[in-house]
Amino acid sequence: MAFTHDTIEGPLRAKFGDAVRGISEYLDVFTVEVAPEAVNDVCRFLRDEPDFAFEQLIDVCGVDYLEYKDYPADAPRFAAVYHLLSLTHNHRLRLKAFVPEERPVVPSVVDVWNVADWFEREAFDMYGIIFEGHPDLRRILTDYGFAGHPFRKDFPLEGHVEMRYDPDRGRVVYQPVTITERNLVPRTHWQEADEDG
Amino acid sequence: MAEIRNYTLNFGPQHPAAHGVLRLVLELDGEVVERADPHVGLLHRGTEKLAEHKTYMQALPYMDRLDYVSILSNEHAFCRAVEALRGIEVPERAQYIRVMMDEATRILNHLLWLGAHAMDIGAMTIFLYTFRDREYLMDAYEALSGARLHANYYRPGGVNRDLPDSMPKYRPSKWHSEKDVKAMNAWREGSFLDFIEAFADYFPDRIDEFETLLTDNRIWKQRTVGVGVVSPERALQLGFTGPMLRGSGIEWDLRRKQPYAVYDRMDFRIPIGASGDSYDRYLVRIEEMRESVKIMKQCIRWLRDNPGPVRSDDYKVAPPPRAEMKGSMEALIHHFKLFTEGFHIPPGETYQAVEHPKGEFGIYMVSDGANKPYRMKIRAAGFPHLAAMNEMAKGHMLADVVTILGSQDIVFGEIDR
Repeated sequence: MAFTHDTIEGPLRAKFGDAVRGISEYLDVFTVEVAPEAVNDVCRFLRDEPDFAFEQLIDVCGVDYLEYKDYPADAPRFAAVYHLLSLTHNHRLRLKAFVPEERPVVPSVVDVWNVADWFEREAFDMYGIIFEGHPDLRRILTDYGFAGHPFRKDFPLEGHVEMRYDPDRGRVVYQPVTITERNLVPRTHWQEADEDG
Repeated sequence: MAEIRNYTLNFGPQHPAAHGVLRLVLELDGEVVERADPHVGLLHRGTEKLAEHKTYMQALPYMDRLDYVSILSNEHAFCRAVEALRGIEVPERAQYIRVMMDEATRILNHLLWLGAHAMDIGAMTIFLYTFRDREYLMDAYEALSGARLHANYYRPGGVNRDLPDSMPKYRPSKWHSEKDVKAMNAWREGSFLDFIEAFADYFPDRIDEFETLLTDNRIWKQRTVGVGVVSPERALQLGFTGPMLRGSGIEWDLRRKQPYAVYDRMDFRIPIGASGDSYDRYLVRIEEMRESVKIMKQCIRWLRDNPGPVRSDDYKVAPPPRAEMKGSMEALIHHFKLFTEGFHIPPGETYQAVEHPKGEFGIYMVSDGANKPYRMKIRAAGFPHLAAMNEMAKGHMLADVVTILGSQDIVFGEIDR
């Protein structure tokens, strides 16, 4: 069975109404945008409904839209993005939930797919998105005692602190970074580039 | 009576069986594991963030450093994401080269896995044999790209250059006589394809040799049969992909189910396990190596008969030939623009996955129309596997933790990214 706009929208709208914010297709994959508070219910529905049967959660990640070109200023800053895979029907689906900076909270889907555990920890670590109901929302990739969320767009590439060995104190210490970012290729956009028109 | 308490043991981050920099906090009851808590991130380099500050072509070599034993498969996923978003056509010959090298990479990965895994459990000899055979493939990498490991060979729109017509040869020295060198150069007299074909003819017998050392070895079976059993239902819940999923008896292979490049034209089988234990995962990977050789041979045959371009002729994304730049102003401009500013990708997002030797390796790329990715998320195959460590190790002995870790085929470059 191949997905069409209607076969996705129909059952989801019937069940969740306005919590389904929109459905779009790009490069053969459908993206369903849902209200953050409905994420867990929608995921459970997508897993259990035989027409969808998304047995596997492939990935969960955060996206920070702070510097996205022409992004509306009043739109929520972060998105939690879920990639689902159905082995039965051999298709994929992308689920997106936008959350504002003031309250970046999404219900956890660990109880739907156990694999979400570490993925959600990572998204929390990197973007500060809080997954409500997660059994153990600790940092995962950054150092013990790390401050901030490094993949946010307002976090500098070189970071805030660096580590060095202090011979006087005989141990490793943190100090403010002494390097600056060296960016030799400026970020330019499609429209500005005359070659692409 | 003395109070009996659980014992917490710190395994790693510097431990020869930790396959890199894994810190594993184990709660033990006697010698039985009650809880395993992997602490990862000691190799975190922020690849995803770095890529946001690099043009697409500059970000490509970072892919090599993720899973540093399956280099070209990583690059393949990245190139596919860029190609999908920009709509780049890849010449057929480049697709065949990619498939051939992906399979060579799979063998390279499985050989390292087999040697290291067996050595972890106590079989020393096999390590020497697998590393002997890896050397041939690393020589192939070197002839192709100039680097034994970090090849940086694929490009959005094809591959960097066509297969070389000759192989580098050994020269006589104080240590190797004329006669030795002649034997060492036996495979290297012809082209790159001759060399790869000689390897493909030689290798299946070596797999048999590995199997005589392990498959029916009673110590090997004692150490792996029934260790780290994962049922098919749990494997899906835990997000397993690749040999880990197939070891649990689910026939799922992206090369077959969602074919990319020219895998739909290849004839190969998908081995699956029955019981989902470490031994089955071992058997699956051994069989995968045999299938990889078969695919490589099909590619070699096609590549011999079909010369052609290996890079897109869209000079906005691939550099024009050097000769053309000498005479054409436009070619020179394209070259300059490409290597300074890079190319732009229209706004949009995509997720492209490949069947990596370890499982599904995917790139989720978001572009806002710039010459650099806006967001690039790497879906590492090993990440969910390691996350399942707690469940797989629970109730097993401490020594089995090493078996389970080995059978997961963990490389920290991709887990920590």
